[in-house]
Amino acid sequence: MTATITEVSAVDSPLTTDEPSARLRSKSRNRLWVLAFLAPWLVGFAVFFAYPLLATVYFSFTNYNGLSTADWVGLRNYAYLFTGDPLVRTAAYNTLWLVVVLTVLRVAFTLGVASVLARIRRGAGLLRTLVYLPALAPPVAATLTFVFLFNPGTGPVNTVLGWLGISGPLWFNDPALAKPALTLLTLWGSGELTIIVLAAILDVPADLYEAAALDGAGPWQRFRAITLPTIAPVLVFGVVNSIIFALQYFTQAVVAGSVASGSANMVGNSQILGYPSNSTLTFPAWLYQQGFKAYHMGYASAMAVLLFVVSFAFTAVLLRRLRGGARVEGVTG
Amino acid sequence: MRPVPGSPRTRHRTPLLLVAAAGVLATACTAGGGQATDPAGAPAADQQVTVTVWSDYTDRELGVLQQALDAFHASHPNITITNQGGQDDDKITQSIRGGNPPDVAISFATDNIGQFCSSGAWQDLGPYVGRDNVDLTQIPPAVLDYTEFNGVRCAMPMLADVYGLYYNRDMFERAGITAPPRTMSELADYAKRLTVRDPDGTIQVAGFIPQLGFYANHPQFWAPQWGARWVDDAGNSSLATDPAWRELFTWQKELVDFYGWDNLQRFTSGLGQEYSADQGFQAGRVAMAIDGEFRTAFLAEQAPNLRYGTAPAPVADARKDTYGAGAVTGTVIGIPRGARNAGAAWEVVKYLTTDTGAVVNLANGLHNVPTTRAASTSPDLKLPEQFGPFLEVFASPYLASTPTSTIGDQYIKFTEDFANSWQTGQVTDLAAGLAQLDDQINQAKQLGGR
Repeated sequence: MTATITEVSAVDSPLTTDEPSARLRSKSRNRLWVLAFLAPWLVGFAVFFAYPLLATVYFSFTNYNGLSTADWVGLRNYAYLFTGDPLVRTAAYNTLWLVVVLTVLRVAFTLGVASVLARIRRGAGLLRTLVYLPALAPPVAATLTFVFLFNPGTGPVNTVLGWLGISGPLWFNDPALAKPALTLLTLWGSGELTIIVLAAILDVPADLYEAAALDGAGPWQRFRAITLPTIAPVLVFGVVNSIIFALQYFTQAVVAGSVASGSANMVGNSQILGYPSNSTLTFPAWLYQQGFKAYHMGYASAMAVLLFVVSFAFTAVLLRRLRGGARVEGVTG
Repeated sequence: MRPVPGSPRTRHRTPLLLVAAAGVLATACTAGGGQATDPAGAPAADQQVTVTVWSDYTDRELGVLQQALDAFHASHPNITITNQGGQDDDKITQSIRGGNPPDVAISFATDNIGQFCSSGAWQDLGPYVGRDNVDLTQIPPAVLDYTEFNGVRCAMPMLADVYGLYYNRDMFERAGITAPPRTMSELADYAKRLTVRDPDGTIQVAGFIPQLGFYANHPQFWAPQWGARWVDDAGNSSLATDPAWRELFTWQKELVDFYGWDNLQRFTSGLGQEYSADQGFQAGRVAMAIDGEFRTAFLAEQAPNLRYGTAPAPVADARKDTYGAGAVTGTVIGIPRGARNAGAAWEVVKYLTTDTGAVVNLANGLHNVPTTRAASTSPDLKLPEQFGPFLEVFASPYLASTPTSTIGDQYIKFTEDFANSWQTGQVTDLAAGLAQLDDQINQAKQLGGR
């Protein structure tokens, strides 16, 4: 194609007037090709992300039940969100609790497990498989299993504690322990992040450790001065991933509350949402309840906008810090 | 003055314009509220029509419905029916939003009727009822209440769930109790006598579990025993203004305190799920329970050796004359907006809800209470002996249901949350707590603004 244009330009003299327009035509043709190749992604982005996002923002300013037309109500939904809803603060607190505790423990736990796995030589493959396997369990099945394991009356965990003379706690039936029990469930199923961290640890150049050892650095110093800085980007990924995971925490909380209350498979079961005492009522679960059970789709949209803004802010701050860290590392390195 | 592309002014406007555009598009995509028009006529005898019926029935129960639909098809050979099970309210609602609903929708929950009727998502059946002179006096007022909203009848009742008392006969005999309790004082007294505990307080057998929120212990199923009303004449939440609620919560807390909250939690967490074979009453670990008539079917299948009796649930001591009162809810059936064959769909709805033979057969097969007086007194009803008290309750003038609302069951969720705070001792001022609860419910209703 380029050859043809060149040939035409060579024949049509003087060249100076037509050259820019030919270049423009070529440029626009190139753009069309780029757009054509991008089209499937652009369509998907527009239909499944951009439009729902913008529509959600719009609906957040309306009274919309999902069945009738939407009526513009200005900031009424936001006013109810911040001043009227009796449960939104509880739901926000529960989600924030999970964001903080679950993120810290998940990253620390996966780092610890990965560090141990990286040192083990014999049976490493089997151990890595065992650590990863729980991540493959569907969330509902995993939660059901956990609730039955930790059943205060009949579960094996409290039975074993009983053999040791310890009166086991109520776990998922105790408002103070329901979220920690959910955290245990999440840690058990964090094999994916463990494998990613393990890969990062195994990727640290061995000669750095050798050089440090020659300089007299102990295991802790090597871990702190070599391993941690080298795998820092992966850990930041783990933090971002865990924050987003906690902000969207829904299935496990709903299933655990439903089963622990003894009302699994109950029709119209929103009454037991958040059991016990709304300690497992997360922000997304309350959002779902508002939109699809109470038919406050406009209000649920306002909640979704708030959740989006918070998620976006968390991610942006972390990424900015990561980039800042990388720049500093680049300058000093 | 035209803003320059990329200028700050344009950049600020762009997101607003995008949201506005999305709003226009979203508004165009939202379903309009359909109002009742003239009822669609039944198809002519030579006009072949297919009607799609959606319900959440599965397995054996779906088969029972299929038999009823087969009988309908035998008398209406031009109407072929596609019977689709496993369709819950969420799927029905989505299909209405998407403009591709079934012709007939069956729902197990009455919570959504307020929205279905007020939004027109389920068509107004009033014109059909009037045109065909359907005798609604055959249906108790409490049942009519939960199938309409603000005068719009968008559903018909297709079998009911009625709540009463189950008691373990062996435990009663061992304790020397000869008859089921008729008042709440008797219930509390019997509960204490029937409870078996270890020296450390651990409950082995509970006479009666008073925890609200556990199994069928929901406020909407207890309220009729005290005559407690959810809303006043103006439609506002009346939990603080109706003294019956205070009596209910006071009675309940006294029994919780008898057991001790932690003991109860430990005991109930070790019981089986509500609809599993090792459910507390079925497993012989609970002596008395308030539950729906459907439990008789579970007992027949999962605990055939348990000797049990049933009776109307006890009533508040000051309301002895209302003994026989009870809660009712049930399965509802309607025609979604956008149904392709509304005329034929109405014929199906009418048959399943008003034809005595059809209602009796459904009740026999599904072990639910038939919703018409003719069917509930039919000699063709073949239900176990223990079913009798539920039919008594159904015939009682004190039969009561929860009010339909545009916020689904959210007011019940708020009430149950309050009950939990009360029974765990977090709330100590009952009157103030109930007043706050009323505010929460009223605000939630105002949010919808419909």
